Amino acid sequence: MDQIETESASEPILSIRNLSHHFPIGRKIRRAQLHAVDDINLDLYQGEIVALVGESGSGKSTLARLLARVYRPTGGEILFEGRNIATIRSRRDLLSYRSKIPLIFQDPFSSLNPVHTVGHGLLRTLKLHRPELSREERRDSAIATLESVGLIPASEVLNCYPYELSGGQRQRIGFAQAISCNPRLILADEPVSMLDVSVRIGLLNLMTDLRNSGISMLYITHDIASARYVADRLVVMYAGNIVETGPTESVLGNPTNPYTRLLLSAVPDPMVAVKATAGDIGDPPRVIDPGEGCRFRWRCPLAMETCSVVTPPLLPVSEGHEAACHVTMRSVGENIGA
Amino acid sequence: MILEVNDLCVDYVSPQGIARAVDLVNFSLDAGEFLSIVGESGCGKTTLLFSIAQLLSPPAELVSGSVTFKGENLVTLDKSSLRAVRWRDFSVVMQSAMNALNPVLTIRAQFVDVMHAHGQKNDVESDKRFAEVLRLVGIDAVHLRSYAHQLSGGMRQRVMIAMALLLSPDLIIMDEPTSALDVVAQRSLMVQIKELQEKLGFAVIFVTHDISLVSNFSDKLIVMYAGSVVEDGPTREIFEHPSHPYTQGLLSAFPSIHGPKVRLKGIPGSPPSLTQLPTGCPFHPRCAYAMESCSTVRPPVTPVGDVKVRCLLFENAEVHVGSD
Repeated sequence: MDQIETESASEPILSIRNLSHHFPIGRKIRRAQLHAVDDINLDLYQGEIVALVGESGSGKSTLARLLARVYRPTGGEILFEGRNIATIRSRRDLLSYRSKIPLIFQDPFSSLNPVHTVGHGLLRTLKLHRPELSREERRDSAIATLESVGLIPASEVLNCYPYELSGGQRQRIGFAQAISCNPRLILADEPVSMLDVSVRIGLLNLMTDLRNSGISMLYITHDIASARYVADRLVVMYAGNIVETGPTESVLGNPTNPYTRLLLSAVPDPMVAVKATAGDIGDPPRVIDPGEGCRFRWRCPLAMETCSVVTPPLLPVSEGHEAACHVTMRSVGENIGA
Repeated sequence: MILEVNDLCVDYVSPQGIARAVDLVNFSLDAGEFLSIVGESGCGKTTLLFSIAQLLSPPAELVSGSVTFKGENLVTLDKSSLRAVRWRDFSVVMQSAMNALNPVLTIRAQFVDVMHAHGQKNDVESDKRFAEVLRLVGIDAVHLRSYAHQLSGGMRQRVMIAMALLLSPDLIIMDEPTSALDVVAQRSLMVQIKELQEKLGFAVIFVTHDISLVSNFSDKLIVMYAGSVVEDGPTREIFEHPSHPYTQGLLSAFPSIHGPKVRLKGIPGSPPSLTQLPTGCPFHPRCAYAMESCSTVRPPVTPVGDVKVRCLLFENAEVHVGSD
């Protein structure tokens, strides 16, 4: 741990540079490219939770899979400790990368093997990623990990089959497997969306505890309220592009992209009376050969002519807070000028 | 009053024992009312819906109680009379529209099926009706020729609602219609359901696990835990003064996007298995206010103002309500 903390704080764990992933679709006659992730730049630092927010089809999960090296990017690069992960060739380096950047899945009911005990999965993870440990050390380490994610009594949980555990407990096992190899950054793809409301908070609290112990997290979600609860930074994606990014409170206090505003207005709030919606029925984004222009323009109440011609770039709103929009950024610019 | 449910009990019979998924549930619904049933997975909310609509299949078994809908006890109706009542007087919108719509038939063919089942001829009039109900939910009539896979999740759910409206029923039962949708689509669908309800005057029973979703839409709220109704009353009242510790826990388990950031506690533990329910109050192992008697006495329904609560804390109700 000490070794990690002494490293320069400004050095990102992962640097994403102009990352794109396009899926080819269709046959010979109507061939097209589905732009799942398009030209993304993002740095992830030590000890922070970054929430990646967006609707289905916005490219959040594709980005997570690119980072986990499940997919190979079709453009751009991902730098881990200064090295492009596409150049990792040897099995040992790949294992080491995956143990440093583990992925946690959404569905705790299908991500655990039902015919093996919890201990089987956890001990095998340790055997694979930390071969230096002896059998006893592995067992001790597994028990310590289970306790740190709040699964007590750990020695009994080790012998449980997944069906004996509740959804919240299973998702904690997902976290236990991820943290058993001393990761630097956990990719958590909607880890709480399948869980019951009453146990969800427990997991979100576990995430903040892990963050406080120095593990970074990329928290992928469509629930902007839970993102606010855990995250230090917010990244809003729409149709494969980052449309707004910045410190959580800054983005939520001053949402600048119309899509961020739409997302915020759709969050159910028991204490505030419902406002009439502008009739947006939540159409999925158009990502097949989108061409130039803002991809939100079909749904945007503020869209102008320029929006269908020029793709808006990310421009600074305030310290660390950037947004991409032709219309709202102009008024921000005027305010700064005045 | 169009629907009255009395002392309804539903059991699931299995080799591991009998699980009581719905335990002595009582409620009533007036015409044009919006009732929400809230609870976590496995609390019996879907089973309750199915027992109201008489859709239960083994191993589920309706043990006792009655469901009186427009003066008729649905529990004792035979199959053919039930068939006539279903969809004409009440319809059901299922959770997953992808599975509820037939993937190999067009939307129109499925609408025609409904008309046939109720002895109506397929003519120009019915085609007009199809277009009309689709327009009500904001979908263009060209989609009558579409298949389910050609529609987005939100559109499929809208088609299901349009289908439920075909015969202008008095009651629509909805089982988590928004749970598969994104926040924006979810909000817009909720607003639309509410608008349609106000326009057409049908009553709604809306089942969801997300208590914050219904706060602005429903008139009455029922909170279920482990098969029984723990709190039942006007929605606003429950949101402003939740009485049962479980309701309080549920309401405080939601992070807010406004106000100061506070660390929330949630509810410790997890919902019990219905085959191994704790004795006494099923919530007592997770309850912060549990007393000794909670583990032995099953709490009776106690009125607290307009709200009915199943909790021993309110046995001597005046004290607690007065001190609030």
